[in-house]
Amino acid sequence: MKKIINTAFIFSMLLSHVAVAEWSGNVAVELRGFFSQGAWPGQGDGGISVSAQPEFRRQWDGGNLGVTFIPFARLDSMDDERSHADIRELDFLWVKGDWEFRAGISKVFWGVTETQHLVDIINQTDVLEDIDHEEKLGQPMLRITRTIGNGGIDLFLLPWFRERAFSGIEGRFRPPLVIDKDLASYESDDEEQHLDWSIRWNQSISNLDFALSWFQGTSREPLLLFAGEVLAPFYYQLKQAGLELQYTGEAWLWKLEAVHRETTTENYNAFVGGFEYTFVGINESAADVGVLLEYNYDSRDHLALTVFENDIFAGMRLALNDMQSSELLAGVMYDLDFNSKSFRLEASRRLGESYKLGVEAHLFWDVDPLDPMYAFRQDDFVQITLARYF
Amino acid sequence: MKKHVALFLAVLLSTGTVIAETARQKGLRIATEADVRDSGWGDTTADMVMTLRNRTGKTSSRAIRSKTLEGRSDGDKALSLFDTPADVKGTAMLTFSHGLKPDDQWLYLPALKRVKRISSKNKSGPFMGSEFAFEDLGSQEIEKYSYKYLGEEPCGKGWKCHKIERIPAYKYSGYTKQIAWIDTKEMRPVKIDFYDRKKRKLKTLTWKGYREYIGRYWRANEMSMQNHQTGKSTRLQWKKYKFKTGLSNRDFNKNSLARQR
Repeated sequence: MKKIINTAFIFSMLLSHVAVAEWSGNVAVELRGFFSQGAWPGQGDGGISVSAQPEFRRQWDGGNLGVTFIPFARLDSMDDERSHADIRELDFLWVKGDWEFRAGISKVFWGVTETQHLVDIINQTDVLEDIDHEEKLGQPMLRITRTIGNGGIDLFLLPWFRERAFSGIEGRFRPPLVIDKDLASYESDDEEQHLDWSIRWNQSISNLDFALSWFQGTSREPLLLFAGEVLAPFYYQLKQAGLELQYTGEAWLWKLEAVHRETTTENYNAFVGGFEYTFVGINESAADVGVLLEYNYDSRDHLALTVFENDIFAGMRLALNDMQSSELLAGVMYDLDFNSKSFRLEASRRLGESYKLGVEAHLFWDVDPLDPMYAFRQDDFVQITLARYF
Repeated sequence: MKKHVALFLAVLLSTGTVIAETARQKGLRIATEADVRDSGWGDTTADMVMTLRNRTGKTSSRAIRSKTLEGRSDGDKALSLFDTPADVKGTAMLTFSHGLKPDDQWLYLPALKRVKRISSKNKSGPFMGSEFAFEDLGSQEIEKYSYKYLGEEPCGKGWKCHKIERIPAYKYSGYTKQIAWIDTKEMRPVKIDFYDRKKRKLKTLTWKGYREYIGRYWRANEMSMQNHQTGKSTRLQWKKYKFKTGLSNRDFNKNSLARQR
């Protein structure tokens, strides 16, 4: 052990030589409690979980060369499958004038809306981390960026596909049958070695920020096929054209994300759009309150495997703008077809200088058996996270 | 003879206008002179530590690095990079200021790798929970205020100051007026009193430790904001001021926020 620490120390000393190098990151403890017994046999009722995400960065030449390394690991008491590790980032950056080149495992985010991230497709979603699909697995890529004004064009070559991981038998947020990721199959003969690619142009003109994107390759979201006692993921080939649009007014934000997708069996469209209006300085205080309304649509209608096929999200965002950066986002998603409702709340507050307390809750009610969300109807939960940042 | 009378009248009229310079004209003239003296710096970088202090003396600090590109025809472009508190490390804020028009602002959130365009209506809101509002830290363009010269006063250290009233001309300001003291010799801001929407004295900002850079530009190494109504205060300590570092528009791109360190 001592030897490992010594080696690690020497390694970090070497890395920090001359250039700007730094370690940061966080470790966190998470408690999750589910209100009801699981809908499916074997599911747990909550537990404790610990995670660590150290981040190493080094830059040379005033930031024109850089290396980033961000490993991640979680240990979970309830679901063995949720105990997992990943390399979120391990990439090399080279900047030359208006050109940026990145090679390695990396992460990108596309999108403007809050309810779902429809256009965002480069990285596989880490669904074990969070049901809001905001955590991602590291994606091997070669990325070339040409900046143009206050925007640019990105070209992505994605030589290796990352399979989605799913909850185990003890886990929540799963269908009645467990999904066995080892049974994954592919439409392409190249399987996970299919060379996916993507291009995205984004620009900002006055009050308008927009992006157009094209993706061609393996769908990040699999179809689930019956395979005896379990479900097997099937990763089909997908072409996606994406649009992101935001108009920023003085208090209004108008947002739209839309996709057109083509597979060998179907073509369909989906969009999510809406607004956020912010009231600043509530009651002469420093606090801001924002109200959000977003509508989600999917042309596949009831056949859609998504829970967002004809749904409205109405929510509220509160920012106290205090020393502890206290924030809260809460809202209700209402399914116009099935009348299913779900409530979600996320709140956070800094404690002292380096701790952060987070609370998250999801509630589901009146879930129709035909709604894909039906599988989660018993999965109401509250989660408390205490993270130490360094 | 007629010619001489005309000349005499012209001289009389022109001196007459100088004598009759209104308090508003003089206020604007001084603000313009201060602006002209502090222009041409091109670009600047600096490190800042912001210390927040509440009424009971409890403190919290934030370390921020800033890069600013002077605007020629439009307002300045500014990039703020957050190093502490640790949970916001890597957060970056990009601002394009435009005088009276609302600023354009983007925020980069490193945990999600998300670049968010944010509304800049919240000028009166606190910056990072501090006593500084966004409007206090923004680029100070002449057209953002109307001015009125109030007189000349001693303002410490044997300095003499112009005392000027400034009334925000932009929308959504948290202030009805500001009283600014600008030293007569180098046109440096020394103190500003801020008056809230109910015209009560809200805050006082004072500058300390001025140093001259590249033989022309004066920067204070400390700015303190005292809130008279809550008893809270915030101190900004500036270090490593550098000028003409070679920054260009390319360094102020929303796409590049993720790689800024």
